[in-house]
Amino acid sequence: MKTKVQAGGVSQSPVIDIQDLSLVFKTADGPVNALHEISLTVQRGDFVSFIGPSGCGKTTLLRVIADLEQPTGGRIQVNGMSPHEARLARAYGYVFQAAALYPWRTIERNVALPLEIAGIGRDEQRRRVDQFLELVELQDFKKKFPWQLSGGMQQRASIARALCVRPELLLMDEPFGALDEIVRDHLNEQLLKLWLKTNKTIVFVTHSIPEAVFLSKRIVVMSPRPGRVIDIIDTNFPTQRTLDIRETPEFIEIAHRVREGLRSGHD
Amino acid sequence: MKKSASKQLSLATTAMDGASTGFAGATNRSAPVLGQPPRMFLGLGRGLLLLGMVLVAAGYSLVYLHQHPGAVAIGFWLSVLLFWAMTWIGINAVAEFETLHKNLQRLIDVLVPLCFGMWILYLWEVITVGFGVPKVLLPAPSDIALRLVSSLDILRKDFYQTFAKAVLSGYIMGCGAGFLTAILADRFDFLRRGLLPLGNLVSALPIIGVAPIMVMWFGFDWQSKAAVVVIMTFFPMLINTVTGLNAVATMERDLMYSYGASYNQTLLKLRLPTALPFLFDALKINSTLAMIGAIVAEFFGTPIVGMGFRISTEVGRMNIDMVWAEIVVAALAGSAFYGITALLERYFTFWHPAQRH
Repeated sequence: MKTKVQAGGVSQSPVIDIQDLSLVFKTADGPVNALHEISLTVQRGDFVSFIGPSGCGKTTLLRVIADLEQPTGGRIQVNGMSPHEARLARAYGYVFQAAALYPWRTIERNVALPLEIAGIGRDEQRRRVDQFLELVELQDFKKKFPWQLSGGMQQRASIARALCVRPELLLMDEPFGALDEIVRDHLNEQLLKLWLKTNKTIVFVTHSIPEAVFLSKRIVVMSPRPGRVIDIIDTNFPTQRTLDIRETPEFIEIAHRVREGLRSGHD
Repeated sequence: MKKSASKQLSLATTAMDGASTGFAGATNRSAPVLGQPPRMFLGLGRGLLLLGMVLVAAGYSLVYLHQHPGAVAIGFWLSVLLFWAMTWIGINAVAEFETLHKNLQRLIDVLVPLCFGMWILYLWEVITVGFGVPKVLLPAPSDIALRLVSSLDILRKDFYQTFAKAVLSGYIMGCGAGFLTAILADRFDFLRRGLLPLGNLVSALPIIGVAPIMVMWFGFDWQSKAAVVVIMTFFPMLINTVTGLNAVATMERDLMYSYGASYNQTLLKLRLPTALPFLFDALKINSTLAMIGAIVAEFFGTPIVGMGFRISTEVGRMNIDMVWAEIVVAALAGSAFYGITALLERYFTFWHPAQRH
């Protein structure tokens, strides 16, 4: 699978290419520099985390990639297109802070929603829904309504919903932020397996240092006022890792470097 | 379709009862059918026995009362007091009983207000007949019932004229027009900005002032009453629909946007379902408003049939029991109308937190 992707000419270019990107919100209290001259590339198959304190622009940056916010300066390309074109081409799946499942739809109909919108046939819808519900281990709950499921299960369903349009790119905005630590650990492990299995490019926003270090190949440390990138850290953990690596010196060292970066940005 | 929805409903309740969602059904089935200690049934039985005794005794007291109207002794009033105490204790015992068995619980939930209502009717009957209250002031329930039964034909015609013709047609037209206007106002912003402030103005119009004008415009028959109902129901529906369409949370809207969904797709798959509870609120409010509007509008000119017409003319002829009979019909029809709307609401918005039992 991987060799096939790399064989294509286009695939050598980065999935996300950001140059000097800025975003200024106009508010009643004057302009707010949400993003300040950010440059960043995300390669195919990467797992990149944005980490930083609240107000550092990490969610805004993800929303710019998803065409949910419009930048006021700089250049951004997603899959070689503008974010607007990428959105209409359904190049990405987006997982929000909350599951945002529609309560009047069963789990399977929720997962099928983006397929319905894209005008994909009923049979194909059913096939894909089954496939991705199995991937997030919810196949036994497909006839249930979202409010009958726990928060962790709801978030897994929303991940299946984001994946079922088969996007190259998965954008996740603090998807496990509202869950308790045990559920979050479990879902982190599952997400890692899912990333290895599907070979997607994942951009993941979080404010949890252990979560970022455990999941990512690259960690983008951001700082607020104005929102900017202050450090980019590459990790080199084995691909088949479990939560145990959080006890290793390498893990602790990287976590330390992230924390230092966050602290320096806070002055 | 209907079957699957009711299945979903029962699924919802079992999942909430059980500790584990997956096996909730199984745990429920293995539980005893009536999970109560026998002591509780003893209390229920005692309460029911007491209520039954009161029922028989009160029945005899009514027979006695009607043989001596306006001339009962102090002993009679003391026994009424005794029945009252017995009913209190009886209802208390029944109301305390709680069970997981759904049908039994439903029966008890109906029984308690039924006893209350019967007791109010009994008091009304005993006081009006016992003290010889003039019928012009307050007829006894028995008088009203007699009049109701003997005038069924007139009542049926009045009901047909007022409810089936004026209320229903006005309600459907008013709610339908309000809904469609809301969709248009949502699509074209100038409509929303221009129309909604006017809507508040029109909904503040006094019905008493509008009704005679509608009679001038649309004639004496049901059309003018339907017009009044349209005016009364249009704006609640319009305002609630507009509010409901905009009640969508940011995240859910962003989700649709990220899919590149069109206006119509977002409307059909997200915004209308979100607006449904608001729509049903308007439908319920309007079911009551429509009854009031049609009856009051008939006070201002009507052919010689209709509930409002009957009330206004029979008051003039001092036939107060006939007025009460019409009120009974209006109350029953209004409750049924509201109840059916509420049932439809439960069926269509079963997923809403307010409907999940």
